[in-house]
Amino acid sequence: MAVELFDLRGAGNTNATANVLTVPARWSRRDRLDRLKCRLFNSFRMHYTVDPGIYAVGAPDRASPVLVTANYKLSFNLLRRELAGFQAWIVVLDTRGINVWCAAGKGTFGTEELIRRIRSSRLAEVVEHRSIILPQLGAPGVEAHSVKERTGFSVEYGPVYAVDLPAYLRRGRKATAEMRAVRFGFRERLELTPMEIVPALKGFAIFLAAVFVLFGLQPSGILFHSALRNGLPAAILGAAALLSGTLLTPLLLPWIPFRAFALKGLLVGAVTTAALVFLIPAPALQSVYLKAFSLIFFPAASSYLALQFTGSTPFTGISGVRRELKFGLPLYIVAGAIASAFVIFYKLEEWGILS
Amino acid sequence: MKYLKNVVTLELFPERCTGCGRCLEVCPRQVFAQNGRIVRIVDLDRCIECGACMMNCSFGAIRVNPGVGCAAAVINGLIRGGEPQCGCDGTSGTSCC
Repeated sequence: MAVELFDLRGAGNTNATANVLTVPARWSRRDRLDRLKCRLFNSFRMHYTVDPGIYAVGAPDRASPVLVTANYKLSFNLLRRELAGFQAWIVVLDTRGINVWCAAGKGTFGTEELIRRIRSSRLAEVVEHRSIILPQLGAPGVEAHSVKERTGFSVEYGPVYAVDLPAYLRRGRKATAEMRAVRFGFRERLELTPMEIVPALKGFAIFLAAVFVLFGLQPSGILFHSALRNGLPAAILGAAALLSGTLLTPLLLPWIPFRAFALKGLLVGAVTTAALVFLIPAPALQSVYLKAFSLIFFPAASSYLALQFTGSTPFTGISGVRRELKFGLPLYIVAGAIASAFVIFYKLEEWGILS
Repeated sequence: MKYLKNVVTLELFPERCTGCGRCLEVCPRQVFAQNGRIVRIVDLDRCIECGACMMNCSFGAIRVNPGVGCAAAVINGLIRGGEPQCGCDGTSGTSCC
């Protein structure tokens, strides 16, 4: 179903020797646009797949290398793009549209699926050699020795990143230490932040509705001008907390003190909140109660959002995340309760009940 | 960049290690180094518990409780009960992966 999405103009659609689809290495404009959509829209990303099976790049023969990847189409595209000028086979595993690293963690990019796909694509007839190249990040799901035992194909782990593949292939399939390491530079982090910001917007919409009701609520009903005037500072602080946790913390990650993501997010959130609380000349923020609410709630929100970024980084482990949550979750609940109390005090003060 | 100190569950059993070096190849965090005829752990805190080394050690010389370092997955597991699971299968719209 997904195959007709390739731009096959001018290419012989099938490889004569094995009757498999040939895909171009070059990206079309659509491929570039799709990559952008993957980074912006979860719903698009989750259904961006390529059919599992075997594909040809260039004009491979029985001696050409075999590369294995996931059926998340962005993974497949990144791989084929690096194969320009090479003759190679690509075997696509059914990972339910998930990238290699995450699918390996789930086991869908795994020993059983690999063995099944080697057999169903009749790889032993397509090539005469008996080795396949897997992306290194597929290793958590694949028992190389079992694959060798059951199919005769020995697994070679290639570089972590497809971009290093040409060098790896040219050097006689030897990976350097750099090719074996995960990198997480500024650009990689920037590319992943929209996937933090966009899902957080859902929570932000709920927050805005709550702010509107809360600040508009007067003994005489919900007043629009009161909601707008007093609610606006809170809305700004909320937006700042959102960006602190989902954009600033990820981007500044290596330079923010502490190793725990919750603490990194808390610190960034505290700095932005404190700065805004004292800078915004809003009458509502003169209230001690509202100040206290802001200084507790928004840094905590930023901390929670920053903690979510652990899932996007390649250097966090589950034991560490568990440790963070063990301390973090109770604290978030306590912070939420105290912050709510301060809001109630603020409303009582505003209505003149307190004093 | 390194994550939290002293939390990792990785263990290496030197008596089973043959020094084949497969773990050095699959580890994306350079946790191991060749030490004469066997392998040793050089920086435990770098480990992200992905499980690649354990999976690919045919001599059973490595043990680790593998999992994903993803808060959304762990929270998901707490809410639904059972193992951590990320919403990457499209069932929910979490940010993970």
